[in-house]
Amino acid sequence: MIARIFALALMVAPAVSQAQGSLNMLCAPASDWCEAIAAAFQRDTGIRVAMARKSTGEILAQLRAEAQNPRTDLWFGGSAETHLVAAEMNLLQAYTSPNMAGLHDWARELHRMSNGRCVGVSSGAIALVWNRELIARRNLPVPRSWADLLNPAYRGEIQLPNPNSSGTAYTIIAGLIQLWDEERAFAYLRRLHANVNAYTRSGAAPMQAVARGETAVAVSFNMETISQQQAGFPIEMGYPEEGTSYEVACMSIVRGARNLAQARRFYDWYLTPAAMDIGPRVNQFHAPAHRDATPDPRIADMSGIRLIPYDFALFGEAATRRRILERWDREVGALPR
Amino acid sequence: MSLARAPGLPAWLLAALAATLLPWHMQQDGVAGLFALRAEEADAASALGQAWFHGRFWFWPVLAALALALPGALARRSVFLLAGGGLGLLAIVAQGFAIGIQGWSWPFLEAWFGPLEERQFGMGLGGALCFLGCLLLVTDGLALRGFFKGDRFVAGAVGVLAASILIFTAWPVGTMLLQMFTPREELSGLTALGVRLFDGKIWGLGCVTGRVHCGVFWNTLVLAVSTASAATLLGLCFALLVTRSGFPAKRALRLLTVLPIITPPFVIGLGLILIFGRSGVVNQFVQSAFGLELGRWIYGFNGVWLAQVFSFTPTAFLVLIGVVEGISPAMEEASQTLRASRMRTFRAVSLPLMRPGLANAWLVVFVESLADFGNPIVLGGSFGVLSTEIFFAVVGAQQDFGRAAALAAIMLLVALAAFLIQRAVVGGRSYVAMTGKGDAGLPTPLPAPVRRLAYAVALPWALLTILVYGMALAGGFVRVWGRDWTPTLSHFTRAFALEWSASGQIIFVGGAWNSLFTTVTLAAIAAPITAGLGLLAAWLLTRQRFAGRTALEFALMLTFAVPGTVIGVAYILTYNLPPLEITGTAMILVACFVFRNLPVGVRSGVAAMSQLDKSLDEAAITLRASTFRTLRTVVLPLLKPAIVTALVYAFVRAMTTVSAVIFLVSAEYEMATVFIINRVINGDYGLAIAYCAVLILLMLAAIGLINLLVGRRQLGRREGART
Repeated sequence: MIARIFALALMVAPAVSQAQGSLNMLCAPASDWCEAIAAAFQRDTGIRVAMARKSTGEILAQLRAEAQNPRTDLWFGGSAETHLVAAEMNLLQAYTSPNMAGLHDWARELHRMSNGRCVGVSSGAIALVWNRELIARRNLPVPRSWADLLNPAYRGEIQLPNPNSSGTAYTIIAGLIQLWDEERAFAYLRRLHANVNAYTRSGAAPMQAVARGETAVAVSFNMETISQQQAGFPIEMGYPEEGTSYEVACMSIVRGARNLAQARRFYDWYLTPAAMDIGPRVNQFHAPAHRDATPDPRIADMSGIRLIPYDFALFGEAATRRRILERWDREVGALPR
Repeated sequence: MSLARAPGLPAWLLAALAATLLPWHMQQDGVAGLFALRAEEADAASALGQAWFHGRFWFWPVLAALALALPGALARRSVFLLAGGGLGLLAIVAQGFAIGIQGWSWPFLEAWFGPLEERQFGMGLGGALCFLGCLLLVTDGLALRGFFKGDRFVAGAVGVLAASILIFTAWPVGTMLLQMFTPREELSGLTALGVRLFDGKIWGLGCVTGRVHCGVFWNTLVLAVSTASAATLLGLCFALLVTRSGFPAKRALRLLTVLPIITPPFVIGLGLILIFGRSGVVNQFVQSAFGLELGRWIYGFNGVWLAQVFSFTPTAFLVLIGVVEGISPAMEEASQTLRASRMRTFRAVSLPLMRPGLANAWLVVFVESLADFGNPIVLGGSFGVLSTEIFFAVVGAQQDFGRAAALAAIMLLVALAAFLIQRAVVGGRSYVAMTGKGDAGLPTPLPAPVRRLAYAVALPWALLTILVYGMALAGGFVRVWGRDWTPTLSHFTRAFALEWSASGQIIFVGGAWNSLFTTVTLAAIAAPITAGLGLLAAWLLTRQRFAGRTALEFALMLTFAVPGTVIGVAYILTYNLPPLEITGTAMILVACFVFRNLPVGVRSGVAAMSQLDKSLDEAAITLRASTFRTLRTVVLPLLKPAIVTALVYAFVRAMTTVSAVIFLVSAEYEMATVFIINRVINGDYGLAIAYCAVLILLMLAAIGLINLLVGRRQLGRREGART
């Protein structure tokens, strides 16, 4: 007990306020990227950034738990749907940056859809990924389309994430529903089930399994796959011919932020080409939201991919999501192995 | 007036000084000034200062209660102690909850008293010490009334333990469980609860009849039972080999079994994939040698079970080793003198005496397996367990705190059931092995069949452990783990680079330094607190009889059974608002470590304590030693192995926990594991493993240091050639 009080006395909350103030940021993408943008912003503005990296779901859970006494000012990264859910829960506040004009339409579209409570910062598309060596060793064809995945040759070779836990999986399924219609999408998933060896809990796990040669084919986000490619794994990818779904990562300001001015400053700062060029320097290949960001050959050109028109508002709604998940559980998850 | 005449006085002085002099609320810029009667700002003043100079009327009841307790403290009047202390506690809690950061916390208070312009933040040093003082006033009063056999030390210890469990375990867990009743869309609270509790995904039994997955409840139960049984068996084999055989490499074996415990999660799972995975070493060898395709058997139940047995055997070993060492050779010698064979002695004397150890080890591993998250997530594939379900109910696509709370409640019930079964197994028998009498026998060597069995089980396991660790740690020294095996040290330089500035000062450039320093500091603060509280609790539970003992025992196991994610979310839900506003500070991390790891301290303490004959304490008491002195000079020295276990475990776990702290870390206080997990998520295994390697070395050093500081238990047994 005495020691505990001692610990309490030791605890020094270092809220040393400098002239420029500070900013508390939760950041969802890879740590390297988060650290790089925090450092660059600090260098450019003198504002001290206290940044913690957490996964998107963890950030939303934390913002909900903190709602009555927010500790976070700014939330960077993570899928648009989670930002929209947070906006629906009244956890975010609206802000319109003067730097919006240079952004791609998809980034501004989210700003409009959320009534100004978030803005798109980067984007990525769902791709079919496969292990080059495993495909060659087992004489499998390279998948080119959603329909190809039904090929019996892939039996037990495809890995998918479980939509109950993974946002990636939900994006895939919602995309198929918008590509065809719900009946056809679920009929497809039921047939695909015969080829699937596991529905993993985490969204990136199937792609990592492909990289390590644990499974031949998976469905995953392109930017995550590019990072694995760069690391030297024999992983390749292509976009399904029928069209594919995509996600937009967002940025938003937390309602009740204690450092509102600094949060707005960051918001404005990130919507510039210079800030968006930081990603590729630390091996992160999301497609940037700013039109004038320096093009990089390793970043997929979103305009060259056949994208499904994705209704973030409808598929971000809690009710839609629950209905689709329940149907997946009933019709796909409950099928015999 | 001597202290003996005024037993309540120290507690009263503590409470009164805290209320008059120390700043009541937590100070943002550290301990600005300890003397805070007359502070400029209301929030920096003591309770008396705030009430007197700043018109904060809600502190008057606290001060009045203290005044009421004074006659009790001076004149041995238990009524005043109880009333004053009790009202003081009540007043502190009531004002803390009623007035928060937005004035009145509840609308009805505003309706009664009118709007309040003022607000207050979380409690600080003054508030905490005043609370402690009032608590001790109450326990002193109870002791004076004859409760706890009139022993003030026991009363105080029970009071402090109960209060800390209440504040740091029951309150957050309760807050979290209440989330079960949150209505969901069109469903009302109770219907929503029903839907959440009786879900087919939890209770489904499809795997018995068809090829469908079973509900997560059954998965979890089967996994936990098989892991606990296997790990206890392995732990026993290792403990027997180390203590009772002529095995030459005992020290190495001891080290080996401790390795998994100091390895941050995920590494074991990934090491197993590299060995047994589809593209792993074993599969490739079998395929090239026999043309057989082993496939993906490692994913699912098999792999998770294997990884958990790897991870938790050391825990079982740590709990068992103290017990096996402690068994008195005298009884075994007596048995052999009566012409029992070695085998019979082992079966009828040694093994039954180990029963508390075995049962405790089993319980601890069972509960660890319940709450384990890292292994199922890496190796589970489609195989889901309660802990992963809970994690994804909170952070996954569902975003349903209510479902997480319902699942957590189920998990708690399973843990409770296991706890009750364990109690029934150990039962009310005596396992006393250390008495004050001469105890100079030699430990009986193991009977041959048992020895052979122990070797047969333990040695392959040890080999496998070396292999898994070799494989896993190699990842830190090669370019891309599992792909490009070119040796490199670049991961270490990225993490731990040092530069010297012009003035000769060291600049910590590497990205890992910050989290490393924080982790080591916080673990070093948490470990002694955990061990101290845990052993104190163990001593109370085994040696004292008081009302609510069983409840206290279960409450102590509670945090252990709740998965880290739930604890993490519960902690921010609870401590983000006054009266205890510690989110984002180091204290919340320390509290989390202490109360999550307390159960192991308690369990190993209880196991060791049930071997000590009560007559030892009684002899000391008869010689007029105080309870505290008995504890310090008689009981503690005999408990050294348990102290080491508790300290080591607490320190190591504080450095390696993931799921709970992931919600609690802030930019200021980043933990090593969170740093590592973030790299693993990103696929940057090299840096993650390099960091793990450094952590392992550090923890080995810490374990060595702890062993050195605490020292060995001297049992006065003969040392002899062991066969």
